[in-house]
Amino acid sequence: MSDVEERSSVDETVPEPVQTGPTGGVRTPSGLRMDIRLAILIGVLIALCVVGYVTAPQTFLSESNISTMLRLAAAIGVVSVGMTFVIISGGIDLSVGSMVALASVWMTTLATQSYGPWIMVLCGLAVGLGAGLINGLLIAYGRVVPFIATLAMYASARGLAERLSERRTQVVTVQGFLEFFRGDLLGIPVLIWMLAVVYVIGWVVLNRTTFGRRTFAVGGNAEAARLAGINVKRHTAYVYALAGLCCGIAALMVVARTTSGASTNGQFYELDAIAAVVIGGTLLSGGRGTLIGTLIGVLIFTVVNSIFTQNNLETDIQNIAKGAIIVAAVLLQSSTTRTRKT
Amino acid sequence: MSEPASESSAPGEPDPNAEVLLTMSGIVKTFPGVRALDGVDLEVRAGEVHCLLGQNGAGKSTLIKVLSGAHQPDGGVIRWRDKPTTFGSPNAALNLGIATMYQELDLVDGITVAENIFLGHEHAVFGFPQRRRMRNEARALMRRLGHPEIPPGREVALLSAAGQQLVSMARALVHDARLIIMDEPTAALAADEVDNLFRIVHELTTEGVAVVYISHRLEEIRRIGHRVTVLKDGRTVAAGLDARTTSTSELVNLMSGRMVETVFPKREVSTVDETNEVLRVEGLTRGSEFADVSFTVHAGEIVGLAGLVGAGRSEVLETVFGARKADAGSVWVNGKRLRAGSVPAAVAAGVGLAPEERKSQGLLLDQSVADNVTLASLPEYSTAGFSDRGRELRDSRATLERLDLRPADPRRVVRTLSGGNQQKAVVARWLVRDCKVLLLDEPTRGVDVGARAELYRLIHELASAGVAVVLVSSEVPEVLGLSDRVLVMREGRLLTEAPASELTEAAVLDMVMEGSEVMA
Repeated sequence: MSDVEERSSVDETVPEPVQTGPTGGVRTPSGLRMDIRLAILIGVLIALCVVGYVTAPQTFLSESNISTMLRLAAAIGVVSVGMTFVIISGGIDLSVGSMVALASVWMTTLATQSYGPWIMVLCGLAVGLGAGLINGLLIAYGRVVPFIATLAMYASARGLAERLSERRTQVVTVQGFLEFFRGDLLGIPVLIWMLAVVYVIGWVVLNRTTFGRRTFAVGGNAEAARLAGINVKRHTAYVYALAGLCCGIAALMVVARTTSGASTNGQFYELDAIAAVVIGGTLLSGGRGTLIGTLIGVLIFTVVNSIFTQNNLETDIQNIAKGAIIVAAVLLQSSTTRTRKT
Repeated sequence: MSEPASESSAPGEPDPNAEVLLTMSGIVKTFPGVRALDGVDLEVRAGEVHCLLGQNGAGKSTLIKVLSGAHQPDGGVIRWRDKPTTFGSPNAALNLGIATMYQELDLVDGITVAENIFLGHEHAVFGFPQRRRMRNEARALMRRLGHPEIPPGREVALLSAAGQQLVSMARALVHDARLIIMDEPTAALAADEVDNLFRIVHELTTEGVAVVYISHRLEEIRRIGHRVTVLKDGRTVAAGLDARTTSTSELVNLMSGRMVETVFPKREVSTVDETNEVLRVEGLTRGSEFADVSFTVHAGEIVGLAGLVGAGRSEVLETVFGARKADAGSVWVNGKRLRAGSVPAAVAAGVGLAPEERKSQGLLLDQSVADNVTLASLPEYSTAGFSDRGRELRDSRATLERLDLRPADPRRVVRTLSGGNQQKAVVARWLVRDCKVLLLDEPTRGVDVGARAELYRLIHELASAGVAVVLVSSEVPEVLGLSDRVLVMREGRLLTEAPASELTEAAVLDMVMEGSEVMA
């Protein structure tokens, strides 16, 4: 975890770098250590829940509302996992929403549905992975700036989705697919299980594997990583492919929730995902970030959404509130990292 | 001060009684841990080309920055046209008539020649730039500089290095400078372009403009210089020497023989294993950077690469390491040929590089020491892709203790370490994987004197343990003091190879600095 606060306090010892003894343990990007920023985020989340409870005491904390909130959060949450990897590696992915749309359309065409639920799932995952890989190859080997490469995918993936679906909503008729993904497992909706599993796997990959370490290294200092023998280009391609795969998983979730695939799915997911990642404390410049922060960022947005719908407030006010949250998060981020800058 | 200024000896000399434009006396400038300037005196007269000589680290760059207002001196007196002055900012210096052409061209690539020339000083009426006026003035300036073919509307990025140099100079001229500082202006120029530059310098001085000229090429200094001031270890050791008549050996002697009491540990027993050739480089060539470089390094041997900045030493090192791809030639480690242009191949073969720019090329500054130490060995510290944190921490700690990196805390963030300890962290990265060949590029840059001695001892220990070490340093005494064998490079070619014991600092300096016609 990026113990921003803690690092800044360690920095105060810089004038005497030869100071010996235990140094309060500045942590590597792994470990569950809480830092002040994370505590603040959790505090904000709890405060929002309290607001929700106070304004809608009967419904807000009800099991059905919590379940609804989490199922709504599932797709954007999974997309945000991929986005976290991309941003930690020093990049950006603007195309996640369009990739969700494309995967959701492709897996729900009549042809795909005719092969049954397994092929549908496989198709959604493969389309996401493939689109992400194209992003990655363009960025890593074509040397296209991430912003531009994924902007192109943003436009063309949604275009392709519209073409495939002829802008019609494709209803899912495969019962096996719907039964499983809309069902419960041990009393908890499958979508929420999937969200949890993706976060656990993402956390392990980011913090416990060589892949995660390389992601931090590439984002922290690509040249140093290259001179340490890391294949930076290949790794960059993998990271975008991973983001695409997450979009494929998110597409399954969206299709299950809406029982249909449409080219309008996943709109503004890129903005919500980037916002969640940034609120979670991941640096846009790369090299530092946490998945737990991202998860809390996603939950904060979800709770805000729920508060507004529970109280029948207009979406325009909702968007203003989201904007304010993003600004507050970034200001918080810069104020806790400023002491570090030399 | 061995010779009084005798400007009348050469034709076209400035009036010896010309106005003294600038006097600096006792200038002191300290940075944390370093006394960059420690009593510099400099006197510049109108219409002269005043050359600054000194080894890397002698304080030339700092002096220029003080002169151009980029740094504020901590002590000493500056008099400009006989009035005590301070240059509070680059703009203050410019307004007084001091313009600087930096070695690293400071142009903005994406905008035009004219826009660059007037950058920050645009002619404007109510905020609207007077483009035509600026373009006409730019055109006149380029004509004056002998290059009317460079259109003022051309984007700077499209110009050659020489063309950009001219724009940089036009920028100095547009301010009606009385004193122009030129920091190695010929470094990027071809021979005929150098002639043009010198013609312009001559015209400027005839008009009474003074030029402070910095170059490592004695040949150039003899061609256009009038007087020479020599810096060493942040002090003026000789001022106002005649640029044409002072002998090369005298200049070299003034620059060398440093007083800094760096102690190089003596190696009682040579650890060189002549029978075990670890690294062989054959005919390595890369574009305009270097050509036909061949050398070998044995186990336990330290081979030093001496030469000036820009001679191609770092480029050779990075090419051996695969970070740059060679056009021709081969690199062999323990008898196996390395795939060209592949860092992973070099790393797998047991080669390690401590790069020149420690912070931007070597370290993940915001991550822990352990993360940095194991960065090149992640597959070795993992099982089926899962990192083995415990073993990483243990091995990192052991290596830090071996290198005496203090504090030996593998969890500490690298940014908080001193320069010497950061360097050790980079070296540790290669030690944990038992590297056979260690390439060290300027290992002591930005490291204070005490930590240097430690690094020297460490390098010797590594050699004693059988590692083949290639050392690049701009400080000749360091190369001589540490190495078993020394290769001297100039302008991309190896000049000499000799045992360090047979070389003196003056001899090496002489080789790297003497005019290019000797070998070219």
